[in-house]
Amino acid sequence: MSTVVETHDHGHHGPAKGLSRWLFTTNHKDIGTLYLWFSFIMLFTGGAMAMVIRAELFQPGLQIVQPEFFNQMTTNHGLIMVFGVIMPAFVGLANWMLPIQIGAPDMALPRLNNLSFWLLPMAFGILISTLFMPEGGPNFGWTFYAPLSTTYAPSTVNFFIFSVHVMGVSSILGSINIITTIFNMRAPGMTLMKMPLFVWSWLITAYLLIAVMPVLAGVVTMMLMDINFGTSFFNAAGGGDPVLFQHVFWFFGHPEVYIMILPAFGVVSHIIETFSRKPIFGYESMVYAMASIAILSFVVWAHHMFTVGMPLAGELFFMYSTMLIAIPTGVKVFNWVATMFRGSITFETPMLFSIAFVALFTIGGFSGLMLAIVPADFQYHDTYFVVAHFHYVLVPGALFGIIAATYYWLPKWTGNMYDETLGKLHFWLTFISVNITFFPMHFVGLAGMPRRYPDYALQFADFNAIISVGAFMFGLTQLLFLFIVIKTIRGGKQASPEVWEGAGELGLEWTLSSPAPYHSFSIPPQVK
Amino acid sequence: METKSTLRNLVGIVVGMFAFGWLLVPMYDVFCEITGLNGKVTGPSFLSEESKAITEQRELLVQFMTHNNESMPWFFDSEKSQMRVLTGNQYEATFVFHNTTSKEMVGQVIPSVSPGRGAEYFHKTECFCFEQQVLAAGERIELPVRFIIDPALPKEIGSLSLGYTLFDITDRVKSENKLANL
Amino acid sequence: MSYIKKVLTKLIFVMPLLVSAAVFAESSDYNMSVGVTEVSKSIFELHMVIFWICVAIGVIVFSIMFWSLWKYRKSKGAVPADFDDNFWLEIGWTVAATLVLVWMAVPSTQVMVEAYDDAEGEINILITGHQWKWHYEYLEDEVGFFSNLSTSQEQIDGEVPKGEFYLREVDEPLVIPTNTRVRFLITGNDVIHSWWVPDFAVKQDAIPGFINTAWTNVPEPGIYRGACTELCGIKHAFMPVVVRVVEREEYDDFIAQKVTLAEAERLLTSKNWTKEELMERGEQFYNTNCAACHQANGAGIPPVFPALVGSQVVMSDSAKQIEILMEGVQGSAMAAFGDSYSEIDIAAVITYTRQAWSNGDNGDGVIVTPKDIVDYKNKIDL
Repeated sequence: MSTVVETHDHGHHGPAKGLSRWLFTTNHKDIGTLYLWFSFIMLFTGGAMAMVIRAELFQPGLQIVQPEFFNQMTTNHGLIMVFGVIMPAFVGLANWMLPIQIGAPDMALPRLNNLSFWLLPMAFGILISTLFMPEGGPNFGWTFYAPLSTTYAPSTVNFFIFSVHVMGVSSILGSINIITTIFNMRAPGMTLMKMPLFVWSWLITAYLLIAVMPVLAGVVTMMLMDINFGTSFFNAAGGGDPVLFQHVFWFFGHPEVYIMILPAFGVVSHIIETFSRKPIFGYESMVYAMASIAILSFVVWAHHMFTVGMPLAGELFFMYSTMLIAIPTGVKVFNWVATMFRGSITFETPMLFSIAFVALFTIGGFSGLMLAIVPADFQYHDTYFVVAHFHYVLVPGALFGIIAATYYWLPKWTGNMYDETLGKLHFWLTFISVNITFFPMHFVGLAGMPRRYPDYALQFADFNAIISVGAFMFGLTQLLFLFIVIKTIRGGKQASPEVWEGAGELGLEWTLSSPAPYHSFSIPPQVK
Repeated sequence: METKSTLRNLVGIVVGMFAFGWLLVPMYDVFCEITGLNGKVTGPSFLSEESKAITEQRELLVQFMTHNNESMPWFFDSEKSQMRVLTGNQYEATFVFHNTTSKEMVGQVIPSVSPGRGAEYFHKTECFCFEQQVLAAGERIELPVRFIIDPALPKEIGSLSLGYTLFDITDRVKSENKLANL
Repeated sequence: MSYIKKVLTKLIFVMPLLVSAAVFAESSDYNMSVGVTEVSKSIFELHMVIFWICVAIGVIVFSIMFWSLWKYRKSKGAVPADFDDNFWLEIGWTVAATLVLVWMAVPSTQVMVEAYDDAEGEINILITGHQWKWHYEYLEDEVGFFSNLSTSQEQIDGEVPKGEFYLREVDEPLVIPTNTRVRFLITGNDVIHSWWVPDFAVKQDAIPGFINTAWTNVPEPGIYRGACTELCGIKHAFMPVVVRVVEREEYDDFIAQKVTLAEAERLLTSKNWTKEELMERGEQFYNTNCAACHQANGAGIPPVFPALVGSQVVMSDSAKQIEILMEGVQGSAMAAFGDSYSEIDIAAVITYTRQAWSNGDNGDGVIVTPKDIVDYKNKIDL
């Protein structure tokens, strides 16, 4: 043991200087920072695409872009937001926080960690470069249904497939690292059922990732073979089946949905207990709920394809299994409310975002429950009602979780308090604009506007104009977020080690100085 | 070392799930055949012993639909568009194929029965859809389908539609031959 | 149905709201359409029941949450309690959630069974989704036609004001009779499309190589408008569904007319066509069937859709052009038209493209007549 401590003493120097610090770093905090900045940049890239979409949809008629480019925008907006923003942001938070939450000096496999980050800019470089090629980028929707994405795709689809492969490898390596870290690097005394909920949420997420990312890799490989090597997995002419694509894709796709929301559950649980000054209600049931959501997510995939013509028994099975997911999800919401009940609550920015998370995510949950009802889904399927639903769980859900986490841990990362007034302003502008943007989508969807339409009938015009105004507000507001983050990095009121009143007892990260030292917990803390 | 065994397990899961992704393809075919999902029927099938034992017959309507996929230029149609049949008896329907182009072409017909859950009761004892059809320029042929409707067909199914989609696989066959000749 | 009615009567406290919503929803811009068929009405009722259950749960959960936030705020001196678990409470709300779900599942299953019905249809219509139009074929009468968007490109580009049914109008709607069980057999020609008419609550994917079924029975005559709901490429938003439901007699007339028209078309082929007649017919055909890709001005959208203006084939190789029209171009969006359209239409559109724009002046000016197409077919028949 003593030799180990000595080598760590040797490692107690600061970071290297310049670009090579970031290129070659194996430090979990540096890599976490890289992931977070990467996803921030991608947020604005994918966001700019959303702005193009909303500008075109501001009025009926084709004004700004042609349908071909519009389809590329919707496709890339989806791919970037899912794989380039939400997932890397949570991996970044995991990199920063997991080791210091479980009292480990670093991730278990630091060099692998560096690799899994640097694969990402490569993957998205390839994906975005296709937009500048003569045939244009992927234009078949982020769900890339065959045969639109195979026989009928632009030839740049090969770049898209390669890019998905690279993203997949990055995610798998990241997840392996996270699971290995959680299993082998916990401080003495930290049993599994004493782990912070964010760690639990990531443990479950990482398992989901290594279970389904290989399936995604498989399905894009099949596409690649269909396109280039004359196989017919998804081509009816050769005995294949286009519906098979959807089954395999959603076998990946549904757990993917929970991959994007589970870490947010973890973050929000911490923030609610911190600002309610009361430990989380029902810790164990929170863990079991997340585990059941993860397990159930493997048997609900076909609820995305109720209209492909499944037999009655199949439709009913997937309806019931999907409805079941509402139980553990409901339990989590009840637990959060019970945590607030009889607490002593203050409303700092992270808490505001977390409260909004609970309220708006629940609304997304309700529309999800409605979508699970097969006969009703015949009317909802592929309309803006679906768009409203998944944006409610992904923007005020996952993205609010990330923003809340950033405000919550930013003082720990930078050593400075963010500007509370600006933070609150950011919250209110975001909260108002997110609802102006996504709530009317329920209405146009129910009234019959299909998704992925660059142009629409006149009766949808009013709501679409409102939605676009909301979207521009939302987009602009996030520049304020960028400003706040940069301002906090550059200076601000010195943060204390525990940052938030009473947080010192809530987790190991609050026992470290602010900013957290470059190397922390070289000597493992003892957890009671 | 503990880390090593964790790693081994995780890599095992990744490899296993990658394999599982591919396994979904044959699993799906088996699943389709059992449930009649998509009305996909790939080979000849015959009445089971239990079905043969059912003596009660009923009449129902069988419809034939032909469809050319995208740029397939052949003329392809059924002689009759529908037939009234009795369950348990064998019938024959004739289909006309006519290559109206100036080139030799290869076609493949993909069958689909709807409603899907009726597919397993639609026994095709002989069908041109089990193999590729090579037609010389201007060639016209008539090919039969022989079928039996299973007497065990659920009562709620009042009619069965047999849809045939004709695909042009000339290029596909050519490239396969090229690969085989390498 | 009767079960749902019972459930509804039990929901007395939400009934007034429910009724008012149903009245509003008749032609609502913000709620699901009630529709006109029994299935669509049951689905609407189910939708509203589930919606109000969600609202009720939301009201309960959110009022507890916001009340707690208000009551236990620190600024008012709230002191945190010291509890973090309650076994029976956890069990209680899990059971409650399960019961609510079962309550929702029962009517859902019933409506589901109602919508799934494989009985024989009196009229069977094969619906084929093409990039980017629908084809309808009446299987009993062996007549069929394409249904194209009829909104003009000028309206889409904002050069002229948009009409009342902007993007929801077609040149030839599907016609079906009232009070008749109509079975739809739905398939796709190229990529996956999805055929949706909200007022019938019919939405089925049109998958190439496979045939899906759906059915409806519409009690009221009228024009019902729907859309393609599965992303199918560039013109996904521009292939609406329009169904005209008419009384039985009118339907019979319509079919009889279609059958006669098909006969007449065959006769017309032998007539001597003038250039002007061909140009006129060709222009019309071009604008409905070709302009989506090759554009109304013939410029195409290279590299995906080649330009016709200045094309060597279009200007000086009529034999090659006939072959392309008849047989399509492998591995491209150019379909074979020989199988689906009459000799007249094909001859007319070829003549049109050879004479229109600058091609008439720069090319060889050859006119292709229906007879040429018939000759082409005969040559191949040998």
